[in-house]
Amino acid sequence: MTLDTWIDLVYLLAAVCFILALKGLSSPKQARNGNLLGAAAAAVAVGFTFAYPGVRAHTLNLVLTLVAMAIGAAIAVPAARTVKMTAMPQMVAIFNGVGGGAAALVSIVVFLIESPGKPAVYRIGEVIFGVLVGCVSFAGSAIAFAKLQEMMTGRPITYPAQQVINAVVAVAIVALAVATLLTGSVALLVVTAILSLVLGVIFVLPIGGADVPVLISLLNSFTGLAVAASGFTLNNNLLIIAGTLVGASGVLLTRMMSKAMGRSLTNVLFSAFGSVVTAGGGADGAGETRTVRTATPEDIGVLMAYARKVVIIPGYGLAVAQAQHTARELADLLMERGVDVFYAIHPVAGRMPGHMNVLLAEANVPYDELKEMDEANLEMTTADVALVVGANDTVNPAAKTTVGSPIYGMPIINADEAGNIVFLKRSMRPGFAGIDNDLLFGDKTTLLFGDAKDTLSKLVAAVKDA
Amino acid sequence: MSTGILEFLTIFVLAAFVGIELINAVPSILHTPLMSGSNAIHGIILVGTIIIMGSADGPAQITLGFLAVLLATLNIVGGFVVTDRMLEMFKAKSPEPPTHADASDEDHSDGGK
Repeated sequence: MTLDTWIDLVYLLAAVCFILALKGLSSPKQARNGNLLGAAAAAVAVGFTFAYPGVRAHTLNLVLTLVAMAIGAAIAVPAARTVKMTAMPQMVAIFNGVGGGAAALVSIVVFLIESPGKPAVYRIGEVIFGVLVGCVSFAGSAIAFAKLQEMMTGRPITYPAQQVINAVVAVAIVALAVATLLTGSVALLVVTAILSLVLGVIFVLPIGGADVPVLISLLNSFTGLAVAASGFTLNNNLLIIAGTLVGASGVLLTRMMSKAMGRSLTNVLFSAFGSVVTAGGGADGAGETRTVRTATPEDIGVLMAYARKVVIIPGYGLAVAQAQHTARELADLLMERGVDVFYAIHPVAGRMPGHMNVLLAEANVPYDELKEMDEANLEMTTADVALVVGANDTVNPAAKTTVGSPIYGMPIINADEAGNIVFLKRSMRPGFAGIDNDLLFGDKTTLLFGDAKDTLSKLVAAVKDA
Repeated sequence: MSTGILEFLTIFVLAAFVGIELINAVPSILHTPLMSGSNAIHGIILVGTIIIMGSADGPAQITLGFLAVLLATLNIVGGFVVTDRMLEMFKAKSPEPPTHADASDEDHSDGGK
């Protein structure tokens, strides 16, 4: 067998490992092993790539490759090790974006190498696809990162005739792509790449708030496709398989995520959701005229200490306050007193599906205390207290009652069915989706203002004294 | 080489079906790690960047190739490390001695604030 055949066999093995890795990631028990298997397969595949004589043909290039890898690893490992769990979504966004950028660059360099020899039209087609999708993914991920990192507003940015302008840019890109196909011109390809970057930016601008994670999942899928396109250009099976696996599963994951919000993917991408700051009447005006009931942590501590069943409904506010450990402390204390306690987890609590489970797992909350939304809703009518910590939209009854509300139809946790509802909130500001919550003004509702972690600590003290 | 395109298309189509079937039954707890893990997997573009860097010629190609290797390394290394970190937290899953859980909990909360 030739050396190339051996390398191809290693690539095949790596591809199988990637499939097993994704399969492992789908079950809680195998997830970690799955990820490690994927990493090992990637390392072996990368290592064997250096066996290609072509890769070692020029010493300068080889040295530069190793230098680039060393720099990359030196940046990536500390960044990934130290990122806060709450900042995870933007970390995934940025790692995804650079992958898309790399795929686009591979396609561009292939084109630069081959263009003097008048490559076949389908070869140019592969290159253009890789450049286009890779550039959109790169630019889009960068904007998504900036939004989540709050380097720019997280709200949708809209302007007149936005979708028309986007469509015009998209059409211009298609026209340029066709022109590049016919002429094989490097200059036209560069213009296509630049316009694709522009498209990535303007496509993402109107998407904001809770929709950004769905967008990241979609861009993740895009990068997969760009990698697959690079695989076609390089005649490399491993890139085609790995890229396509991610591309296909990413589309499915994206659909699951928008489904969890009760909306279609088109609605998420094109409706500038969340730009509607209030549903009927200004939020500020409404907040001033309607009264809310507040209480002291001591009152609430007593209420919970003598309850039979307490449901904790955590949201992003709990995560930003780093209050997951304090929440667990409170839950443990209540359980010692014989109170039945569980956590009700909305599928999109936090900022990505499953994000809240990650955060609570970090605080060593046992799995059996976490209940998914549907399971939790069955028990909500028998709960004495629903303690809503930094959540808002995921318990907003407007999703069930107010036709025309932007969140109408989104499945929610039925906190309103509990005997008492206690909100721990920083302020009366509406949630991520920017919609007023009538539940705050309900007669079973009590509000405790303040930082979630401080308030929970006070509750812990109050329960101890009760 | 041009005869190869059909084989590659075949592989592409089959891989697409595998990708869809694979993640059909993922509990929502694992959506975030899954997204992160698949993000790491497409970092295998690093292989492509290394190959292309081998044939890069002239300052323009070498600069772009260098950048490509750098970006791909960020993707693949960062992707796997961040996913592992997420999943590490799931390991204290089923019946674990409470003493150990308490101890590591204190470590975390000290670092938290």
